[in-house]
Amino acid sequence: METTVVKSNFKSEEYFINMGPQHPATHGVLRLLLTIDGEIIKKIEPDLGYIHRSIEKMCERDSYQQIVHLTDRMDYLSSHINNEAVCLTVENALQLELPDRVKVVRTILSELTRIASHCLWWGVMGMDVGALTTYFYGFRDREMINDIFEETCGARLTMNYNIPGGLMFDIHPNFVKRTKEFIAHFKTKLPEYDTLLTGNVIFQKRMKGVGILSKEDAISFGASGPVGRGSGYSCDVRKHHPYSAYDKVTFNEALKPDGDSFARYQVRIQEMWESMNIIEQLIDNIPEGDVQVATNAVIKLPKGEFYQKVETARGELGVYIISTGTKNPYRVKFRSPGFSNLSLLNHIAVGGKIGDLVASMATLDLVIPDIDR
Amino acid sequence: MSYFSDIYKGIKTLLTGMSVTGKYFLTSRKGAITQQYPDNRATLKMFERFRGEVVMPHDENNEHQCTGCQKCELACPNGSIEIIWDRAIDETTGKKKKKIDKHVYHLGLCTMCGLCIEACPTDAIVWAQNFENSTYDRTQLTKVLNRPGSKVKAGIED
Amino acid sequence: MNISLNITETIQDWLMSMMPEGVASIAAMVSVALIYLIIFAVAGLYLVLLERKVAAWFQLRIGPNRVGYWGLLQTMADALKLVSKELTGTVKADKFLYNLAPYFVIISSLMALAVFPFTKEFQAFDINIGIFFLIAISSVGVIGILLAGWSSNNKFALIGAMRSGVQTISYELSVGLSLLTMVLLTGSLQLSEIVESQKEGWLILQGHVPAIIAFMVYMIAGTAETNRAPFDMVEAESELGAGFHTEYSGMKFAYFFLAEFINMFIIAAIATTVFFGAWLSPFGITESLPWLGVFWFLGKTIVLVFLMMWFRWTFPRLRVDQLLTLEWKYLLPINLVNIVIMAVMVWLNLTIKF
Repeated sequence: METTVVKSNFKSEEYFINMGPQHPATHGVLRLLLTIDGEIIKKIEPDLGYIHRSIEKMCERDSYQQIVHLTDRMDYLSSHINNEAVCLTVENALQLELPDRVKVVRTILSELTRIASHCLWWGVMGMDVGALTTYFYGFRDREMINDIFEETCGARLTMNYNIPGGLMFDIHPNFVKRTKEFIAHFKTKLPEYDTLLTGNVIFQKRMKGVGILSKEDAISFGASGPVGRGSGYSCDVRKHHPYSAYDKVTFNEALKPDGDSFARYQVRIQEMWESMNIIEQLIDNIPEGDVQVATNAVIKLPKGEFYQKVETARGELGVYIISTGTKNPYRVKFRSPGFSNLSLLNHIAVGGKIGDLVASMATLDLVIPDIDR
Repeated sequence: MSYFSDIYKGIKTLLTGMSVTGKYFLTSRKGAITQQYPDNRATLKMFERFRGEVVMPHDENNEHQCTGCQKCELACPNGSIEIIWDRAIDETTGKKKKKIDKHVYHLGLCTMCGLCIEACPTDAIVWAQNFENSTYDRTQLTKVLNRPGSKVKAGIED
Repeated sequence: MNISLNITETIQDWLMSMMPEGVASIAAMVSVALIYLIIFAVAGLYLVLLERKVAAWFQLRIGPNRVGYWGLLQTMADALKLVSKELTGTVKADKFLYNLAPYFVIISSLMALAVFPFTKEFQAFDINIGIFFLIAISSVGVIGILLAGWSSNNKFALIGAMRSGVQTISYELSVGLSLLTMVLLTGSLQLSEIVESQKEGWLILQGHVPAIIAFMVYMIAGTAETNRAPFDMVEAESELGAGFHTEYSGMKFAYFFLAEFINMFIIAAIATTVFFGAWLSPFGITESLPWLGVFWFLGKTIVLVFLMMWFRWTFPRLRVDQLLTLEWKYLLPINLVNIVIMAVMVWLNLTIKF
């Protein structure tokens, strides 16, 4: 059906090509319907739904503790932050006062998640523009963070370490030591990322002036996270609406005004430095105390609507819960960063070559399960 | 003139990039991060909190700590735990008491969220660090956690 | 020791003693071709293994180490697997061209191997227009790639093939011109004479500055000719899936794959012959043992092949328009100026000779 609609608008030189659902550059089952004139892209239509699992509907079936583990499966690269978002929403609704230890540990883990996610992004970004070796260097460093998570939370990817009311259990005794080891290691490796890829003349030619997104467009498309900040739009939730322990730390919001692919790249590299900075401020003085606030075994939220947003590695994740006062939510809506970032792909990549589309898409850092949910 | 300085700078950045990979090439013998998985089974040890699968530990008298309270069954988001229970007369007190017949665990449905283990009041179920869970037949993924003939340890109340 | 490696003449003499002249020369040609085919099919497989090992070492991995000691039989096993696989194809493919394309590619790269002087005697075909023959043959391979992309009825493959066309046509110029720069020094296109003239010093030393520039241009253009990263527009895994060979499977795919590696060997071997004195040892240290030339030749070639692998595993890929910018705005003007400088240098006798 869709193809016939597109065909009727074809000029004779243009042709139509399916990028995905199985294509190396789409990082998952995203299908892009491209209208191409030679190498130049005329139109991009993203086609979604290949891994839609109706997570929002499943949330209506589950209790509030059970919702948390479903969010692991949305943006699986920042699963800890997703869990935190749901937990914060529930805690705000119940008006629980969390111990400082919980807040600090959550913040450290969130920043570790962000570094891990950006490491993976950096590797995959390099691979998308053809430098295959970056993939393994990025994964080497991400692996250390995964080990930290595995030791403390028990899982490497789908952590489910947060529960409404705190943490599932206390951090592992090795946690502080391992985190410091990682920070020391990563401080020597992150400059290497720059020498290998950032400075490379081919890479700069591929990225600079490609996929330009103006600040106005970033705001009107609802871009958030590094994509918005790469266009000079100050949208860091951690800065503007601090949650957990972000009000206790000082850090700079990575902002680049250029709005091209290279600006988005630089924002993420700088965010890794800032995340290390945040972790260093917190890791030495994690306050003692409980890691849980006692909640009822069956959590019932008061009647009403509750919203909480957090900054994941990809941007602003909003959790919106409507409760009727029962043990299940009436409706849960996730505002995922990937979905709105994908919506501007047509805007930034049209007029470029196929190679530009791949590079721009890599800088958007799309995670398809986050878009489809 | 910028034409030539562009060439010079370009070549310079390319060479610095090559120096990074070259350095790893020379130190590749000790730098390899590959785990040769099936060969390193003897030394491969998972972290103690690693979530492999849910198991029910039994002591030497073939006794477990599960009272059959079904809190894990309620906590599980996916229905991967089913408890088949019965009431029997307790030998010490002489009263009728709930006891499990079968603690059925569907590993194929489990998402390793850990809520059941958090919910268990008597620590009857724990995580095992076994991760080699693949089978040729998915019916083998449905496990009965309590051993045949086992009974609840005396004095365990929920 | 005096092992004669002049294989064509040795075989021909032996055959002449048994059969009439015409039959003997045909039989000699066929047997030499078979020997080359077997040697280079195996050499190609080991180049694949080398690439995989080198890639692994760059990437903090171990590389293939399961089949045979140190993974030495890995690519053999892969080849066996590919032989046994089904040959799939698309329904509306142009069947004739589709089946023809892989042979175009593999035969053109094998043909080029005939002229290399591995030692003074070990050279199957010492044609007097050797360099010209190499340049000509190396551009035939692109026809196979274009046919493959066109006939397989797949738009990704077609884009890949068209990119390959534009790329090879452009970079052919640089390869040719940089080799011609060196021909100015030798005054001959015949490979054996080019080697002979390097007994007074390898050409890269004889021609010093312009020769080094020519070598750099040649290596860049040569990498582009073989369609390898950073110039792998044709395959561009993250953009086009597998490019022109998307629809090929089994042995036909293996031909494309093998051809890529043999082409890499050829590009390195040309550089060895023209810039680094082919089988000549440095300072003539093994002059008394001419058969050692094979090892010198292969050693130099492997070093250059390693350089190309190093490029591949370090650099990002260029975009297709940047690829053309690099050729037409940088390499070609540099090359043209370079050839004039070289001509003036030869005229004024500024070359370095030992």
